[in-house]
Amino acid sequence: MTLSYYPGCTLKTKAKNLEDSAIAAMEALGMELVELPRWNCCGTVYSFAGDEELHQLAPVRNLIRVKETGSDKVATLCSFCYNTLKRADLLVRNNPDKMHTLNTFMEEEIDYEGDVDVVHLLEVLRDDVGWDAIAEKVQKPLEGLKVAPYYGCTLLRPEDIAIDDVERPTIMHDLLKTIGCNVVDFPYATECCGSYQIISNPDFVSQRAWDILSSAVRRKADAIVLTCPLCDANLGQTQKEFIEKRSDFTGIPILYFTQLLALALGLDPEVCRFELNYVDPRPLLESKGLLRQ
Amino acid sequence: MERIGVFICHCKLMTPIDTDAVLEAVREKPGVVHVEACEDLCVTPGLERVQEAIKSEGLDGVLVTSCSPVLHEEVFRHAATAAGLEAYRMRLVDIRSHDGIKENTERALEAIDSELEALKASQPPVLRKVPVIKKVLVIGGGIAGIRASLDIADGGYQVILVERTHSVGGHMIQYSETFPTLDCPQCIETPLMTETGQHDNITIYAHSEIEEVSGNIGNFKVKIRRKAAYVDWDKCNGCLMCTEKCPPRVLSEYERYLNLPKRQAHRRAIWVPHAQAVPMRPIIDREHCLHFTKGKCGVCVDTCPNKAIDFEQEDSFVEVEVGAIVVASGFDLMPKSYIKEYDADPDIIEGIEFERILCPAGPTTGKVIRPSDGKEPKEVAFISCCGSRDAEHGVPYCSRVCCMYLVKQALLYKHVCHDGQAYIFYIDIRTTGKNYEEFVQRAVEEDNVLYIRGRASKIFREGDKLMVWGSDTLTGKRIEIACDLVVLGMAMLPSEGAAELAAKLGIATDEYGFMTELHPKLRPLESSVPGIFLAGCCQGPRDIQDTVAQGGAAASKVLALFAQDEVELEEAAVS
Amino acid sequence: MRTEISTETLYSDFVKKVEEISEQKLLSCYQCGKCSAGCPMCFAMDLLPNQIIRLAQLGQEDDIARANTIWICASCITCSVRCPRGVDLARVMEALRLIEARKNVDHVEIPDIPKETIAELPQLAMVGGFRKLTA
Repeated sequence: MTLSYYPGCTLKTKAKNLEDSAIAAMEALGMELVELPRWNCCGTVYSFAGDEELHQLAPVRNLIRVKETGSDKVATLCSFCYNTLKRADLLVRNNPDKMHTLNTFMEEEIDYEGDVDVVHLLEVLRDDVGWDAIAEKVQKPLEGLKVAPYYGCTLLRPEDIAIDDVERPTIMHDLLKTIGCNVVDFPYATECCGSYQIISNPDFVSQRAWDILSSAVRRKADAIVLTCPLCDANLGQTQKEFIEKRSDFTGIPILYFTQLLALALGLDPEVCRFELNYVDPRPLLESKGLLRQ
Repeated sequence: MERIGVFICHCKLMTPIDTDAVLEAVREKPGVVHVEACEDLCVTPGLERVQEAIKSEGLDGVLVTSCSPVLHEEVFRHAATAAGLEAYRMRLVDIRSHDGIKENTERALEAIDSELEALKASQPPVLRKVPVIKKVLVIGGGIAGIRASLDIADGGYQVILVERTHSVGGHMIQYSETFPTLDCPQCIETPLMTETGQHDNITIYAHSEIEEVSGNIGNFKVKIRRKAAYVDWDKCNGCLMCTEKCPPRVLSEYERYLNLPKRQAHRRAIWVPHAQAVPMRPIIDREHCLHFTKGKCGVCVDTCPNKAIDFEQEDSFVEVEVGAIVVASGFDLMPKSYIKEYDADPDIIEGIEFERILCPAGPTTGKVIRPSDGKEPKEVAFISCCGSRDAEHGVPYCSRVCCMYLVKQALLYKHVCHDGQAYIFYIDIRTTGKNYEEFVQRAVEEDNVLYIRGRASKIFREGDKLMVWGSDTLTGKRIEIACDLVVLGMAMLPSEGAAELAAKLGIATDEYGFMTELHPKLRPLESSVPGIFLAGCCQGPRDIQDTVAQGGAAASKVLALFAQDEVELEEAAVS
Repeated sequence: MRTEISTETLYSDFVKKVEEISEQKLLSCYQCGKCSAGCPMCFAMDLLPNQIIRLAQLGQEDDIARANTIWICASCITCSVRCPRGVDLARVMEALRLIEARKNVDHVEIPDIPKETIAELPQLAMVGGFRKLTA
């Protein structure tokens, strides 16, 4: 089985750990992620303006690229890319006049007609592969690992693109339970990490990161599991400062869901690229006996 | 040959039309012999003018272009018959419109044309006189149903009161104290419940439901299902010794499924809801009774002095014929789980759960404890508008009573826990009843209840405390309160099963399931089916005062109906 | 100094523009404050989100411009999701940002961002941040 795959800028550079582990894990599950040819930047963050269509060109052109491969579905790994592509698609599907404007402007491209579905890899795992099928392929259940799934914003808001319940999502919980983890709920699971404010107001993002990290620690989580490279950076990079300044904090590893999935499927930990994680999770995984082949 | 008169009515409020154009057009119509434009036809001088014309011109049909037929038709038909014209030959044409004069005029002419045809084709209605059976069915034994039953019974007529649970009393009997007088509802309602139970003219079918309804005003046939109680209520004397020995401990629906640390709020498998139940007769809950689930136990059988336990009992049916029905099926609260941004937590409770905790006759005898650990909460947050005034996630309407009961609960909490603090998160404070505003100010000034203006966005547990994230829109501050207990003012919804009941009765409901009145301002007691009246929260959220008033008013409608020995119905209405 | 409210402030070009770009009816907001209560960046804002939309309802463009609120907003959309009136406040915030940004004013000085930060951050932070905070 193959599935068209849209990486986005960050997956190719700063989030190679997310990409590599995802591709390997999906292959082990019998699905090949085929990178979309000639993809361009998705144009994040989605533009909410009602009076211009310019910012919708980038995402819609990517959907045209999907069409060109003969596919009607594209999977994303990056939460921001998911949000941007999906909302742009919904906008043009609901506004034929805007679709027409974009198609006319991109006259050198084939027309987009709202005929590509955008999905996030978690949806593919839940809906196309299925938890039972994944459970069957689990070689090394990650027992003893207490993880707190952190969803952030872009997979769940606004409601019309949410991949699960906006307030009480369980999709990552279900995946983590399937691969044997001990899943811990914490109240900041859907709270925003501060997002792009990291470039303009890093101190504020620091505060947000502390609220989120300390909440997970209070709930006795060993690690936080997430999907988004920006959340990963915001929650990961700020930890250095906290470890230095706070005697009660020793850091908490942050992992991508695909890294744990790959590990549980019995793949070589090398493919998970743990060395790229901001807080090295290997000591934790080692202590739980999860890194031995 | 027809002799039709058309009257174009004006008043300052009427839709503007080109009257001259209408007069000219209508004058030409075949069959029309009299046309005039006049003012204020709906009052006596105007009606007299129409009657004058009927007599002097020998009119055999009249059209009046007017406003609302629902409110005015009867007045005009009455005037017509007094002048010798048959009622069905008097028709009102609704020409109300909001556009410009040209469009209004066109519309009016179209409407007049169509009504003229209808008038010409009209046949005398086939009327049947139906005798009125002077017996009423009251559905619902809450305070609305009780009030209606007593008033009709006192008027000398037989009342059949059907109540779904096994005691009358409804929600009111669950409360701690009622606002604004702080009366104990057990004290004020129990005499009414007892009177209802003992009244010669009232038959209560508790633990019963409406199975089928057919018929029409004056003569409804109703099949009532008496659910199996597994106790023979005729042999039972209400001693309740069976309830003392029954082994299982079950979360009680009467106690809102409160799970208190010492199981104070649990009931047995054989149970009555409270010490003032009317009728004072237990039922056995099959799902938890050891005899039914495991084939063992029979402690109640051995204990009962009158051998009233009957495991073989089955549902039975009673068929009654009544002349009128009063629907008083009441309300339920929206489940807390509808508001997902508030955690599902034992210490996040809804209003009626807190009433049970506050109630001196309740499971904690009025001691304020929190469900998780039985400790006295030192800080309690009350959240208004949970699900109400929220078209996006709940219901758009205001549930009317929460502002008052939340402040009442805050005040009562302070009266028990003198060193406690109550916070009420609100958007507006709606205190429209007598002494309501004064009550709120008293709570603020005497009991230091702190009102914080802003909806709570998220409520979650952090260790021993519950964190409430709100805002104070008045000072522009984001607020966080760490409290011990949270009480949610959940939205009021029609009682569970109201939609099915309405369908059986054939009466209209609105999109939320509340039963629809014939006219919201002027005919609030009548459902869409003649002979079926509405009382209480089944029609919409309201407090006890208004409910009691409406129960009495519905009774008066029934009494007015029963003052006649027969009613005249058009053939189609009789089934 | 009293603030003037009249049909001129209520139906000003500013108000019309905000409603045009956001496609929201500002008066639908009944100031319940739930948006502010759930806003993750509120702690750093001069004025709360509900106060911003109130000022927009009253046509007070300058007060909004003086506050940092719209530039601290992280576009997390929690406000829109929880609003009981269905007001998409995130879009109103965006409209207010665009009105400022279209005057060719940046709210993040790119040359001031340390080189190490740019080297370390995922590109999407830059792409997203520049999209929202610059002209």
